[in-house]
Amino acid sequence: MQQAATLSAQTAPPPTHELRRGRSSGALGDAIFAAACRSAGVLVLLLLGAIILELFLGGLQAFRTFGPGFVTSTEWDPVQEVFGAGVSIYGTIVTAVLALIMAVPLAFGVAFYLTELAPAWLKRPVGTAVELLAAVPSIIYGMWGFFLIVPFMSTTLQPFIIDTLGTLPVLENLFAGPPFGTGIFTAALILAIMVLPFIAATMRDVFETVPPVYKESAYGLGCTQWEVVRSVVLPYTRVSVVGGIMLGLGRALGETMAVTFVIGNANRISTSLFGPGNTIASVVALEFGESELGSLKLSALLGLGFILFVISFIVLAASRFLLRQRLKA
Amino acid sequence: MSATLHPASGPAKDMRVAAALGRRRRATSHLVKFACYGATAVGLLLLLSILGTLFWNGFAALNLRVFTDMTRPPGSEGGLLNPIIGSLIQTGIGTAIGTPIGLLVGTYLAEYAKNSPLANAVRFVSDILLSAPSILIGLFVYQILVVPFGGFSGWAGSVALAIIVIPIVVRTTEDMLRLLPDTLREAVIGLGAPKWKMITLVCWRAAASGIVTGVLLAVARVAGETAPLLFTSLGNLNWSLSLSAPMSSLPITIFAYAGSPYQDWIALAWAGALIITLGVLGLNIVARSLLRRK
Repeated sequence: MQQAATLSAQTAPPPTHELRRGRSSGALGDAIFAAACRSAGVLVLLLLGAIILELFLGGLQAFRTFGPGFVTSTEWDPVQEVFGAGVSIYGTIVTAVLALIMAVPLAFGVAFYLTELAPAWLKRPVGTAVELLAAVPSIIYGMWGFFLIVPFMSTTLQPFIIDTLGTLPVLENLFAGPPFGTGIFTAALILAIMVLPFIAATMRDVFETVPPVYKESAYGLGCTQWEVVRSVVLPYTRVSVVGGIMLGLGRALGETMAVTFVIGNANRISTSLFGPGNTIASVVALEFGESELGSLKLSALLGLGFILFVISFIVLAASRFLLRQRLKA
Repeated sequence: MSATLHPASGPAKDMRVAAALGRRRRATSHLVKFACYGATAVGLLLLLSILGTLFWNGFAALNLRVFTDMTRPPGSEGGLLNPIIGSLIQTGIGTAIGTPIGLLVGTYLAEYAKNSPLANAVRFVSDILLSAPSILIGLFVYQILVVPFGGFSGWAGSVALAIIVIPIVVRTTEDMLRLLPDTLREAVIGLGAPKWKMITLVCWRAAASGIVTGVLLAVARVAGETAPLLFTSLGNLNWSLSLSAPMSSLPITIFAYAGSPYQDWIALAWAGALIITLGVLGLNIVARSLLRRK
């Protein structure tokens, strides 16, 4: 009996043993690989949490010292150690919104051209050109803006605007001041050029999700191309178009290098669009080198970073929420 | 004839009104289309203007010395050797750290978690990181690597770039894996292979060109990044290959030189800008053609 048992143990087990080992090594490999994938996913979650936390902790000293007034105060005086975020928050929002006002109509035009007007053989090269415009590093936009656009603004465009629009009653405040070339308006212009390809590419992608039957029906009723886009394509893609614009806004808010080159970097709110200003990102980039470790100024800069992160997070989250339904379908 | 059949229908009642309306509608459409042609032309002209300025100023300043000499004080002829090497090192290490993590996260989203709450959270966070201001990533790395370890370093710069690489690789990896047909997966599992072998040996290989495209696009993106390096690797005008010391990089050098009052430094900044733009746009074109061939 016992012998039989040992005998069967000697003969029968090998295959099951082999089989079990094969299965368990697969299971072990699966477990390790799945765990690696999941922990990488969790790492990304933790990364965002850590970024928010570190920026907040870094800014804590400034938040404590100045309280809620830090966000609204327009004073920035490193000598007196008084820091307020008001001017740079104002500059960040004004340049980004102005940039969108200039970029959105252009982006719509490019998207309309790429989806409806362009002949098939031109669609790809023009689309690629737009995508390349998005790939140019921001420092290049900064240099191009600084050496090409700023001189053009100061010698040609700004004097022209000051002489024409600047003489009208209400507009004269908006376009007052000497034509330096740099300033809020120039920064917004460069930002507009930088976000244009992002918005245009998103618009093109969502325009292409419109079922052709809808458009064909409208054409069949005798609609012109513009009427099809206005009455069929835009209503169908409205939510995603707004999402694409928000994505552009998110990019414009955090843009650093190009803005630093052309905004003029002055810490005051100027009523004129030609006046100098700054943005959160440009202040951080320029003043960081002059702040010592552990100083209140460094804390104020990190606090500015935290505020910028909160603003960008809200805008980007909204953009993603709006874009999700359409592009997933 | 039709006028008597449908006396109330507008167009038939008065052909002139109908013709005028049609003309106006067509004219509006033409006007808008004309504006759209104009917008596209403006976009293309901007790209041409940027490239033209770069070529014009960059080639004038480009010579062999740019690639063989170190950065020198203004007035003495120098090159961009150390920034170029520094950029290559940091971009290389950043990509080497970021790619495996991004690959695993993308695999997790496409093959494991799919639409679970955790996967949706990871996808959301990755998308936020994709568009988050890169200067804030620099500040973050400054806080976690530069302050505790007592100084700016090439490592810190590389880590900052790696954080930018991750979400780009995540996005393309997930998209490419999702394009694969499930029958492929079923065939592999049906042969008795464990899931991890199915993913690594079959799915990754089938999606390889798409994944490589994502990595190339990520390299192109971080190679031109300036803001995250300002507070991490800082820049270094001397020759240094040490990753624990401040390290030079092309974008930072361009930033410093372009803002300087010295003509020879500005010329070098243009040469550097041309090198970087050609590299970045070249990588983009290669990546896109790789994807198209698929």
